Amino acid sequence: MKTFIKLMAALFVGAASLPAGAALKVLATTPDWGALTTELGGDKVNVYVATTALQDVHRVEAKPSLVARARNADLVVATGAELEVGWLPVLLQESGNSRVQSGQPGYFEAVSALKLLEVPSKLDRAMGDIHPLGNPHVQLDPRNIQAVAHALTARLSQIDPAQAAYYAARGKDFDARWDQAIKGWEAKAAPLKGKPVVIMHRDQVYLCHWLGLTEVASIEPKPGVPPTAAYLGSLVGKLTATPAKLILLNAYNDPKAANWLSGRVHTPDVVLPFSVGGSDGAKDLFGLFDDTVNKLLAALK
Amino acid sequence: MRNLRFVVASMTLVTLPALAPAADDVAALRAEMQALKSDYNARVQALEARIQQLESANAAPADAATAVAATRPEPPPPAAAATSSASAFNPAISLILGGSYTTTSRDPADWRIAGFVPAGEEIGPGERSFNLGESELTFSASIDPYFSGTLTAAITADNEIEVEEAFFRTTALRDGLSVKGGRFLSGFGYLNEVHAHAWDFVDQPLVYQAMFGGQYRQNGVQVKWLAPTDLFLEFGAETGNGDNFPGTRLEDNGFNGATLFAHVGGDIGDYTSWRAGASWLTSRAEERPGGIPGADGASAFDSFTGDSDTWVVDGVLKWEPSPRRQLKLQGEYMHRKEDGTFVFDPAGLAALANYGNTQSGWYLQGVYQFAARWRVGARYDSLDSGSPLYSPAASDPPIEFAPPGAAPSPDRLSLMFDWNPSEFSRLRAQFDWDDARDDGHSLTDGDHVLRLQYLYGIGAHGAHKY
Repeated sequence: MKTFIKLMAALFVGAASLPAGAALKVLATTPDWGALTTELGGDKVNVYVATTALQDVHRVEAKPSLVARARNADLVVATGAELEVGWLPVLLQESGNSRVQSGQPGYFEAVSALKLLEVPSKLDRAMGDIHPLGNPHVQLDPRNIQAVAHALTARLSQIDPAQAAYYAARGKDFDARWDQAIKGWEAKAAPLKGKPVVIMHRDQVYLCHWLGLTEVASIEPKPGVPPTAAYLGSLVGKLTATPAKLILLNAYNDPKAANWLSGRVHTPDVVLPFSVGGSDGAKDLFGLFDDTVNKLLAALK
Repeated sequence: MRNLRFVVASMTLVTLPALAPAADDVAALRAEMQALKSDYNARVQALEARIQQLESANAAPADAATAVAATRPEPPPPAAAATSSASAFNPAISLILGGSYTTTSRDPADWRIAGFVPAGEEIGPGERSFNLGESELTFSASIDPYFSGTLTAAITADNEIEVEEAFFRTTALRDGLSVKGGRFLSGFGYLNEVHAHAWDFVDQPLVYQAMFGGQYRQNGVQVKWLAPTDLFLEFGAETGNGDNFPGTRLEDNGFNGATLFAHVGGDIGDYTSWRAGASWLTSRAEERPGGIPGADGASAFDSFTGDSDTWVVDGVLKWEPSPRRQLKLQGEYMHRKEDGTFVFDPAGLAALANYGNTQSGWYLQGVYQFAARWRVGARYDSLDSGSPLYSPAASDPPIEFAPPGAAPSPDRLSLMFDWNPSEFSRLRAQFDWDDARDDGHSLTDGDHVLRLQYLYGIGAHGAHKY
C-alpha cells in the first residue's frame, strides 16, 4: 500500500513538471483529420491518429493506447455524426481529461462545419446501419475538407491563442492551394460526370455527389449488411439490363463480392484509397484526391 | 403518390368547415398542388404543417381562424421547434434481451464447485430447457457539466428487478483523475467490469463464479488516475460497504475493505494491442453463510467470520489483421487467502473453531473472429480448492481438514461458436465438459452442457470498453 502511494505520488510530480508551451497534442480519429490538422497546425501541433485507412471506423476498439492519448490530448478532432459512437465515448470517458469532453473547446467535430447528405426521415434499425444525423463519411468531397479546414483553423486559434496568427496564415495558405487543387481535380474528372457506378457502402456517397457520378446500385443491400448470394444475383440481372461503368471499392473493404460482380457483369472494379494512407499515392490530403481521381479515370478507360 | 393523395384528401376534409372564411386559401392551396409535382417531399411537409394550423384554427373562433389564414405566406416553423423540450434531455436508453436453451447430462440442481463455498445463487449452468435470461436496461446521460450518471437494471426471469449498476462519474476533473460512486462493477481483474451481454462465452469463468458468484460489485466509491504517459498506465482504488461476496456488511461505521488495481497497456505494431493488470481486494466477513461439503458430504461449517484477501493478475491481447478478423487471447489467475473462525453446528451445538484456507483458480481463453460475422472460441477453467486448516481452539496447532481420497479438482473445458448478424444481435452455441463437481472421490463424473443463446440489443448504440 505504501509503495503504491509512493509510486502514484512520484508519477503525479512527474506530470506536474512536464514542460509547458510544447506543441499542441491532437488526437484525430481518422487519418484524414490527422492530415488536415498537420496541414493547418504545422510544427505547432503533435498529431496522433487513432485509426488507419485499412480499418473500418465504425468498428474500432477503445484500445488502451488510445485512452492514454486521449488523456494527454489538448484537442480531439473527430468526424462526429455518431461515426465513432462505438468507441470514442469510451475513450473520452476513460481519459480523465475534462478539456476534450463533448461541448468543450478541446473537442472538435468535423460535421459541425458541414451540411450532411442523407439525413434519414425515418429511423429504424431494420434499415441497416443508418446514421440518425446523416451520412458521416464526409471526407471524399474536397469542398467539405475546405469547410472543415476553416472551422478547425478557428478552433486551433481558440485553444492556442498565442499561435493564432500562425494558424491563420497556414489556414489561408492551405485554402488557396486547396482551391487550386479542387479546380484541377474537377477539370480532370470532367469525363466522370454522369457516369453510372456501383458503390459498396454509403461511405462513397460524397465522392459521387462531388464528381457527379450516378449511383445505380449498392453491393450492400442495406448499410452495413453484407450481400447475400441471391441479392448479388439480382444485381447481376439489374446491371446486365442497365450496365454501370465502374464498381467502387474502398481499401478497407472485403473485395470478394465486388470482384465476383465485376467478373459477371464485365464492369471494372476500382479500389480507392478512401482515406489518407489507403494507397501508395494517398500520402496526404492532396495525394488522396489526386490518387482517387487518377484511379477512377484509369479504370474508366 | 398514395401518400400525397391522402394528404390532399385529408386537407380538403379539414378545410371544409373553414371554407367560408378561408375560401381564397383553398384556391391558393389548389394552385400549389400543381407545384407539388416538382418538389414533392418538401411540399408535403409544408402542407402537413399548414393542415395543423388550419385544424387548430377550426377549433378556435372564426376571427382567429381568419387571422391564422392571413399569416399563411409565412413558412411553417421547423419541426424541432414544435416538439416539446421536456423529452429533449431524456437519457440514452438501451435494452438487452437474452435467453438460452440448455441441455445437461446431469441434474443441474446438484451443480456445485467442489471445495468452494457457494458464492451466490447466480452460478452454474442454470436450469434445463428454455430459460429467459436477464433483460438488462441501461439509462445514461450527462447530469450537468460536472457529472454523468448511469443505471443498469436487470429484470430477471423470476420477475424481479435487480440494480446491477447505479453510479455517478465525474466528467470535469482533469490530469487523468476520475471519481465514480454508487454501485458499480469493480475494476478488479479484467472480466469483472465487462457486462454480461459482452462476454465471449455464455457464462463467467469458474474462477469468477467461485470467488465472486459471477462479478464483484462495489457499493462505494472509486478513484482512478491515468498517468500522463503514452503508455497506458492506470491506477485505481475503491472502498465500499463490503456487502458482496467474499465480504459481508459490517455493523460498524466506516468502510469494509478496499480494492487497489493497476493496468498497463499499449500497442505492438499496427495490428496488436494488449492490456495487463494486477489487483488486490481485501474485505472482512462476519457470519458469512456457506459450507464446504466435508468428507461425508455434510457441511463442514455453517458460517465464517474473518478476513479475506484476493489478488489477481490478468492479461488480454488482441490481434486484428483486417477489419473482419480478430484473435483475442485472455487469461486471469486469482488467489484468495481467508483467515478467521467458523461456526460448526451439527446438532444445535454451535462449536467455534479457527479456520484458514488458501484457494486459487485461473482460466485461459481464445476467441477467433474468422469472418466478418463469425467467431469461434475455446476456454479452459481450473480451480484449486486448497487445504483447509482448522483447530478447535486458538492454542491448538492447526489440523489439515482433508477428506479421504484425492483432493477436489474442479475444471471445465468450453467451446463456443457464434454468429453476429449485426452489432446488435448475437446467436451462440456453447458446449462444456464441466467437471466443477469433481471432489476427487464421490462425484467424479463430468457434466456435458450444451447451451444455445441469443442476445439482442435495442435502443442507444452502446460503446464497449476494451
